[in-house]
Amino acid sequence: MSTKGNSGTIIFALVVTTISAALLAAAATILKPAQDENVLKEKQQNILSLVGLTGPNDYKKFDELVQGVVIDDQGKAIEGVTAISLDLALEKKLQSKDPGYKVRYPLYIYKDPQGKVTYLLQMAGVGLWGPIWGYLALDQDGNTVKSAIFDHKGETPGLGAEINTDGFEMQFNNKKILNDQGQFVSVKVEKGKHDASMPHAVDAISGGTITSNGVSKMLQEDIAFYLRYIQNQTKPNQAL
Amino acid sequence: MSEVLVQPPAEKKSLLGKKERKLLTDPLSDNNPVTIQVLGICSSLAVTTQMKPTMVMAISVTAVVALSNFVISLMRNAIPPRIRIIVQLTVVSVLVILVDQVLKAYMYDVSKQLSVFVGLIITNCIVMGRLEAYAMGNKPYPSLLDGLGNGFGYGVVILTVAFVRELLGSGKVFGFKVIPDALYEAGYVNNGLMMIPAGALFVVACYIWIQRSFAKHLEEKE
Repeated sequence: MSTKGNSGTIIFALVVTTISAALLAAAATILKPAQDENVLKEKQQNILSLVGLTGPNDYKKFDELVQGVVIDDQGKAIEGVTAISLDLALEKKLQSKDPGYKVRYPLYIYKDPQGKVTYLLQMAGVGLWGPIWGYLALDQDGNTVKSAIFDHKGETPGLGAEINTDGFEMQFNNKKILNDQGQFVSVKVEKGKHDASMPHAVDAISGGTITSNGVSKMLQEDIAFYLRYIQNQTKPNQAL
Repeated sequence: MSEVLVQPPAEKKSLLGKKERKLLTDPLSDNNPVTIQVLGICSSLAVTTQMKPTMVMAISVTAVVALSNFVISLMRNAIPPRIRIIVQLTVVSVLVILVDQVLKAYMYDVSKQLSVFVGLIITNCIVMGRLEAYAMGNKPYPSLLDGLGNGFGYGVVILTVAFVRELLGSGKVFGFKVIPDALYEAGYVNNGLMMIPAGALFVVACYIWIQRSFAKHLEEKE
């Protein structure tokens, strides 16, 4: 067997690539279910952690614990799509390519044993180096933030990457998204100290300005979207 | 990219013993791929903020170097010289993708922390360096040992760096808090430099400094 000549070289290359392709295809097929499960599990755990459900097995009861709704830009629920399978980052990407695309958002509704409702919002945006995302728990009143978590793909360690630390996330607890007149003002991430007397802002990360601005923009855009649905929900209820 | 430096040619064959042990232990100190040959520096800077992902990275690199050395050594006489490098790359890539997929399936949180750096094992100069310098000219078994040795050599360095960085950067070791809260209250602060890749440069440099001050024979003669 000679692999020195042209035909030998080509045959050798073909054999190597065929074997490699077969190996990779087999591995991808076998491992896919376990990988998908990990991604789903992480998302469910993130959402549940907003309302303090951080038990290691809580995610298994995800469908019983929260109710998922997919909403459109008119603040109405859309049938036929499950919230958990909706990829918000992809929705936003489609919209940025085609302004006519009607972006859809997934919303999760949690009812505690006393029947009190918490809205769990999912958000997606961009930081300095790549995507950032987050989840935010909004109280029944459609105004008070109960908790928020953020994460990122590759923000600068020690700077922008700090958005996924408790220190940053805890600042959002008990902030308000509406002003005294009931208008939406969101929660801004800005420079300076922000205590309880400043309900619409939190302290940004020094050296992580672009990431902080990204979080601000994400909150502003995405909460506004959810608010239409949440206000549609709360108003008729009050009338009844 | 892979400047391969010193590599003693294969000597007399013996089954188990001194030569095999040397293959495993040499890369740990006197022929360390990171501190002596200065290969694989990129990932040593990137993945060493915490010990747990560093451990996984060390195991992944060791698996890739050892197995690719073994596979290439098996094929060494059949590989057409003209496509030698691309065949090596193919074997390395297949192994790296397999490692990445397995991590994603069974160690999801660690694989998230390591992010792109698992995929970048393909470009780790240690891997290609060992293939070119050793596996292409030696039998499968010694090649496997050589790969394991170099993987361990890499692992020792990055784990040391990670230990220093995690301890000084976040006050933890393997995720467990070791610096007491009392010290923080007394005004101690974590070193932010250790959390960014530049911190690893200092630690690697100190490692090399200390190593060379003990092993004088490594110093170049003027």
